[in-house]
Amino acid sequence: MKILVLLKMVPDVVEELEVAGDGVSLDRGFLRLIINERDENALEQALILKERHQGTVVVAAPEAPEVDDVLYTALARGADRVLKVTGLDEELGSRASAGLLAATLPAVPDLFPVDLVLTGCQAIDDLDGLAGPVVAEHLGIPYLGIVTGLAVASSNIAHLSREYSGGVRGRFEVDLPAVVGIQGAEKPPRYVPIAKVRAAMASGRIESIPAGAAAEASLLDVVEMRRPVVAERAEMITGDADQIAARICEILDGRGLL
Amino acid sequence: MAGAVWVLAEQWRGALSDVTYELLSLGRQIADGLGVPLEAVLLGSGVDGLAASLGVADGVLYAEDPSLAEPVGEHGSRVVAALAAEAKPGAILVPITNVSWDLLGLLPVRLGAVLANFCSDVQVVEGGLEARCLVFGGKMEVRVVPRGETAVFGVLPGSRGADGGRSTRVPEVRRVAAGAAPAGRVRLVGYEDPEAGDVDITQQDILVSVGRGLQGEANLDLAEELAELLGGAVAGSRPAIDMGWLPVTRQVGKSGMQVKPRLYLALGISGAPEHVEGMKDSALIIAVNTDPGAPIFNVAHYGAAEDLLEIVPALIDKVKERKGA
Repeated sequence: MKILVLLKMVPDVVEELEVAGDGVSLDRGFLRLIINERDENALEQALILKERHQGTVVVAAPEAPEVDDVLYTALARGADRVLKVTGLDEELGSRASAGLLAATLPAVPDLFPVDLVLTGCQAIDDLDGLAGPVVAEHLGIPYLGIVTGLAVASSNIAHLSREYSGGVRGRFEVDLPAVVGIQGAEKPPRYVPIAKVRAAMASGRIESIPAGAAAEASLLDVVEMRRPVVAERAEMITGDADQIAARICEILDGRGLL
Repeated sequence: MAGAVWVLAEQWRGALSDVTYELLSLGRQIADGLGVPLEAVLLGSGVDGLAASLGVADGVLYAEDPSLAEPVGEHGSRVVAALAAEAKPGAILVPITNVSWDLLGLLPVRLGAVLANFCSDVQVVEGGLEARCLVFGGKMEVRVVPRGETAVFGVLPGSRGADGGRSTRVPEVRRVAAGAAPAGRVRLVGYEDPEAGDVDITQQDILVSVGRGLQGEANLDLAEELAELLGGAVAGSRPAIDMGWLPVTRQVGKSGMQVKPRLYLALGISGAPEHVEGMKDSALIIAVNTDPGAPIFNVAHYGAAEDLLEIVPALIDKVKERKGA
């Protein structure tokens, strides 16, 4: 079986985010990009399925800073082929970006048909669209998202487990090929030693694929970006660890919680 | 924008979700501001009785079909897109929940309409609609203006109260065709409820909740020791569950439990909207996170921008001192 995994880079929100001079976007000078966490889960799930069904895993990602490292790491983890789609505008929204991937990838030699397309069910910058549904609609195949379990039952059917609130899970049957929006994989993403990534860098190859279509213009105009204004922020407790712990104890005591 | 405002009435396992009333409250305000009708869209099979509680809307469009008995985005989005292509509403409000997530993603693509996602508010500005959206895990807010005949808005739960969306008025219900039977490429087989046996975190007075900042399972002992001292239980945000540190029954947030303890101690949790949704109504929230800009401090009552691995051992010592005194 052949599995296509779509990855993308997103800002690392552990770092400080700054608004650019235009007032409507992030200052890219300060930005550190990391792989979208749920996309990483999608890759892990694909690798688990590969081990189970002796398939191949192809990873595709739009060009972005640091994406080469992510693609080489994917090779080191067990992906068979990695593609970088170039010529995409950095500021492109999720919808246009996913649309371009879906328009470009079917023309890549020896890639399609695929049995499954796995991607994260959401990213923190999905302001104007979700990659999975956009790609599924472009390819004319079904979509199911927020998936945490995936078993391939036959060449044309997969059994999926989908999350609801309160720990409830829905069991689904989906016709293949399908696009699946992954929330979590069966296991946390596997660790690969840096030496193995270096080996992948030395022997592996990232295929550059020029975007095969023009991006659709976004219908969503961002008129302002800023830090959220909140009515009331937390009262911050400062001092050394002992002082902070003492103050927390005081607060708990005052509420009858100790 | 002359078309009506539509609200997707979220129905799951035969009941309407609370978020439906939040969206009706928001929808009412927008529709009145634009001077257009507010219509609720209800999909299901044999659930027309639910329409009676949607009286804040001027009317209810009810599409009935066995394939819509449970919300499967693949089917529901097809039906709503077909209805919207004909009726041309100006706005469609869809809740950002696990139940409606697939429909939210598919509907704008199938309808060829714009999507504004992660909305915390939608307002009428100069006769048009403007939304405020929380992006980058709640660290930034953007104001956006959608273009086109119909705009789909993904609205975060908890953005406003549900009371304004409830009414005893009985709305006019119009049955609409569910369209051609879907191909059935996605089939719901059944639901699995979580196994009982573990701690029920919704019943705890005190929750010590851990996130990515815990750094590793080995540090879970600290949280457990503190929870035990305080007479509470350990819960966690999504990363703590994904990393396998805690079972899914301990998860707080969109995919997990909604909790309202007397004390919610958020340790190493950034406060993404999906998490905040599940704990924001806690009586007392104290957050410890190294990032002073973390959104968790926007909902916490008290905060410390420090490493939990330094604060928790000190807190354990202090609590022991107090308890021993």
